[in-house]
Amino acid sequence: MTADPVIRFTDVTKTFRRPDGRGDFVAVDKLSFEIAKGEIVAVLGKTGCGKSTMFNIVAGLTEPSEGEARVVGHDPFREFDFFRGKIGIVFQNDRLMPWRTALDNVLLGLQVLDTDPKQAVETARGWLARLGLSGHENDYPHALSGGMRQRVSIARAFAVNPEILLCDEPFSALDEMTARDLRAEFVRLVRQNNKTAVFITHQINEAMEIGDRVLVFHRPARIAYETRLSAATGEAERRKVQEDIMRVLSVEQATA
Amino acid sequence: MNSSIARVLQATAGMILLAVIWQILSMTLPPFLFPPVPEIISRTIEILITGSLLVDVLLTAARIFGGLFGAFIIGAILALLIARSKTLENFISPVLTFFQGIPALSWVVFAIIWFHGTEFRVLFIMIMTTLPAFTFQILDAIRSMSKDLFEMTMSFRPSRWTLFRFLIVPTIVPGILTAWKVNLGNAARVVVVAELVGATGGVGYQLLRQQQLFDMAGAMAWTLQLVLFVLVVQQTINAIEAWALRYRPVSERSI
Ligand SMILES: Nc1ncnc2c1ncn2[C@@H]1O[C@H](COP(=O)(O)OP(=O)(O)OP(=O)(O)O)[C@@H](O)[C@H]1O
Ligand SMILES: [Mg+2]
Repeated sequence: MTADPVIRFTDVTKTFRRPDGRGDFVAVDKLSFEIAKGEIVAVLGKTGCGKSTMFNIVAGLTEPSEGEARVVGHDPFREFDFFRGKIGIVFQNDRLMPWRTALDNVLLGLQVLDTDPKQAVETARGWLARLGLSGHENDYPHALSGGMRQRVSIARAFAVNPEILLCDEPFSALDEMTARDLRAEFVRLVRQNNKTAVFITHQINEAMEIGDRVLVFHRPARIAYETRLSAATGEAERRKVQEDIMRVLSVEQATA
Repeated sequence: MNSSIARVLQATAGMILLAVIWQILSMTLPPFLFPPVPEIISRTIEILITGSLLVDVLLTAARIFGGLFGAFIIGAILALLIARSKTLENFISPVLTFFQGIPALSWVVFAIIWFHGTEFRVLFIMIMTTLPAFTFQILDAIRSMSKDLFEMTMSFRPSRWTLFRFLIVPTIVPGILTAWKVNLGNAARVVVVAELVGATGGVGYQLLRQQQLFDMAGAMAWTLQLVLFVLVVQQTINAIEAWALRYRPVSERSI
């Protein structure tokens, strides 16, 4: 890869103050990696290893305690306006505004970007339809099922057509059939529009199916294992990778 | 249908009982102490349909609204400032708490000593007495904002104004409506005291006159004007609330 990376972490550390004041808690520990334009990177790691924290840093919602995080060469925390419309996030929980209908929730990002209202409604409706939510446009979140809410939040992130997509276990609340369809659709969309995507998951299969690259995090977060996959990767090799990931994760468990 | 009749009956039963007790008292005690209920009602209606008297009610209503709007605007600005800066909080909060301890009657005295002009005095008293509660209630509403929703909204990187419209306003609306309901009651009680600063009109002025005339039915009728006013406005706020918070899920179970 010769081009500048879209996301670059250099020895990023994030510590949180313990509520009882007894020192600091390390959530991300000298994490370094690079993600190139057009890549889909799947991130695996045990619960509490700092995956969501890493996302918050990329999204500019939290600032690294040490080290440097760069997104397209800029500081996501400091350069607030620069990133408007550039990063889309599907959060681990749906985070829908309870006072907005499904359609209005999807419209949020488009309204922030001052999109022509008519155009915006059309786009939002299109995304809801794509995610199988036609007919629920005017439902409030409390009237939707968990999986439906999660799909609304996916539509909200995709509707602004961001360069970079961060998805934190976006399909975990869905049944396997729906999840499989959406995975395929997700990969197709990212590829088609040459977007860059980081995808957190707990499922090794999902990570290998989606990712060009799989990162396995240590707890606290730093790279414990990394592998590159492609359509050309053979069945035997895939099985080997899967075993390796399982071994890394179980070692992690033993030392956690 | 049946349940709505039952609800109306439940809501009025207490008041009817009160009226019956009063009526019994009026039949056994001198009427200048306990005037009969029909007389109170006819006097109440008389005020409502007599233009020159109704003006007094409307004047007081305007004073209540003026004070509440003033306190709301100033309170909202103070609450936003406090929410954004710890330093300002340390600066402003103790002063508001100090104000909260000052009785309405003291403000009346201060207003008379400091200012000329009835309306300005009344407005000053109304604002000073309702401002602390308004500020604290709005501040509380701002602080109850969900961190998850805040960060989700911030991830779209809105301008301050957009953030205010899309997240902060909808978050604080329930708290603001509650604050209005609470402060409305307070303001209705304070306004009659405030009108003692030399107002030559208004419910407080009329009450003072009834006292001088030793007219109990009149005193009751003027008091009821304020009670009715509060009831009507409360119901209006309730209706706004039901509409603004219609998105809220309701459980089929009661608490
Ligand atoms: N705001 C915070 N304050 C204090 N500690 C935090 C905060 N956010 C995260 N942590 C801690 O940092 C660690 C990593 O959290 P994070 O949410 O990043 O984990 P995760 O890898 O996303 O886990 P999961 O797979 O369960 O979602 C956890 O131990 C958590 O308790
Ligand atoms: Mg997480």
